[in-house]
Amino acid sequence: MKVARLELFTGRFVLIVLMAVTLVPFLSMFTTALYPSESYPQGLPNWPADPQWGNFVEAFKIANLSTMLSSSLLIVLLTVPISLAISTMAGFAIGHLRIPGASLLLLLFVFGLTLPYEGIVTPLYFLERQIGILNGRLAITLPLIALYMPFAVYWMRAHFVNMPPEISEAARVDGASTWDLFWRIHVPLARAPIASLGILMSVWTWNQFVLALVLVEDPNQRTAAGALGAFQGHYATDIPLLCAGSLEILLPTLIVFILFQRQVIAALLQGSVKG
Amino acid sequence: MSAADRSMTETILAGSDAQTDRQRRARRTFRFRKVRRETLLGWLFVVPALAIYLAFVILPLAITVQYSLYRWDGFNTPVWVGPDNYVNVFTDPDLLNTIFNAFKLIFFFSLIPVTLGLVVASIIRRTATGGLGNVSRTVLFLPQVIPLVAAGIVWKVVLSLTGVANGFLSVIGLDSITRAWLGDFDWALVAVGLIGTWVLLGLCTLLLLTGMTKIDPALYESARIDGAGAVREFLAITLPSLKQEIAVCVTVTVIAALRSFDIVYVATGGGPGLSTMVPGLDIYLLAFQARAVGVASALAVVLIVLILVLIIPIQWLSRENGE
Repeated sequence: MKVARLELFTGRFVLIVLMAVTLVPFLSMFTTALYPSESYPQGLPNWPADPQWGNFVEAFKIANLSTMLSSSLLIVLLTVPISLAISTMAGFAIGHLRIPGASLLLLLFVFGLTLPYEGIVTPLYFLERQIGILNGRLAITLPLIALYMPFAVYWMRAHFVNMPPEISEAARVDGASTWDLFWRIHVPLARAPIASLGILMSVWTWNQFVLALVLVEDPNQRTAAGALGAFQGHYATDIPLLCAGSLEILLPTLIVFILFQRQVIAALLQGSVKG
Repeated sequence: MSAADRSMTETILAGSDAQTDRQRRARRTFRFRKVRRETLLGWLFVVPALAIYLAFVILPLAITVQYSLYRWDGFNTPVWVGPDNYVNVFTDPDLLNTIFNAFKLIFFFSLIPVTLGLVVASIIRRTATGGLGNVSRTVLFLPQVIPLVAAGIVWKVVLSLTGVANGFLSVIGLDSITRAWLGDFDWALVAVGLIGTWVLLGLCTLLLLTGMTKIDPALYESARIDGAGAVREFLAITLPSLKQEIAVCVTVTVIAALRSFDIVYVATGGGPGLSTMVPGLDIYLLAFQARAVGVASALAVVLIVLILVLIIPIQWLSRENGE
């Protein structure tokens, strides 16, 4: 493609400016984190005269970061596999087995797609208080799995509805049961959409804030985002320490993103197209 | 149907019945049983997902509607007040202001990212096909991956009185307009909105860019032969081909604007005053701090309906045009 030199220049300039706007805030957090605790570094990101690397150790200790991160990981490991399993089964039944009432079921699930979490978090609190699971990891896990169902079932159904029925018919002739059909034939064929859905739900879970804030009091039993919220509440005045702690909580997400950027970007893009 | 016809049909039916009555009945029950067994099995596959969805989404949703008709502090016996809470939502200037703020945020969360996203995606497609394009994709997408809470904290630091934003303004000689942006009655909502722009620009850009790569290059070739410039090309070819992707962007970003919570909670807490209060945050504060569960629930119902009312036409329009 032939593009005029002026356009080439302006275009690239705009891109570089936008990248700077994206990255400078992170950079400024990093330099700020190296200033003495409780100081107020001023102006543009500047390398401090005497970088306080100890701030990162300090923040790691006071934010109880190791507990926090393992708690968040545990919630992801509880939430994502269960969500994947039950939404794949439901998507299979609705999209491929076409059970009676499938379209109604789909409508019921799709109805939840645009539901704001804030809309149901109040009754969730009182409901969980009543059945006694408030303030534990189940308090986040169970509603999260439920809230993922509209998207996850819709996503998996979209895959199964496009699978040619001949595959199943052939297996049926060979005497496969419905469970064999699902587990031996269709789940292996659905590996790609299941993997994307897994990435999506892991990111969403790690970043979940509202549910963690309302349903779990102890930051050590929350998701990473929930813990971060509590941390900034306590250390809002100590900017360098706040920056150090925030960066540490962000680090796992950033590493995973940079390692799997292609898959993560693809999954998130597909996610918004189908959602 | 005439009498003769009917009797004939009956005869045929009777005849065939007599012929293989027992066989057919046996086969029918067998098939019936098999179908019922499969249906039952199929339903078993849906039961776990359906059960947890009903228990932790649909039931709470129903309870929200129920709460919205009562006055309740969360502890004592709820008092039935009928539609009073809804009247409250639509007449109390503070609550109305909250809803208006959500609409103002649509400008920053939706309109700017989608428009700017179109421009940036065109730029990447036309001028940055190599390494710069790949790097910019990853970098611009970064804010979409980190928790919104983190975005809030990052920008709280950047926009503070001593932050980078003011530092930059001083350097370019605009010292006079520096301020604590998130603490300023006139500017806080704009500042919160721009955080949303920062978060959502990358997502919109990449979605639109994906759409652009699907456009047939021959269209652009013929436009160039006709002597169309970049702007003509954009208006005549790119924009109409991207209807579907634009609809997706608008849907996602409008929902993000209306249900904004994390960024506002961290960056301003709704303040100063109520200048950045949004429905999501207000629901939380009303229910758990003001202990006005009824009003909070009414606001929640209004928010849920509002999102549906805004999103359904967008989806409907894009389907109609796109397919």
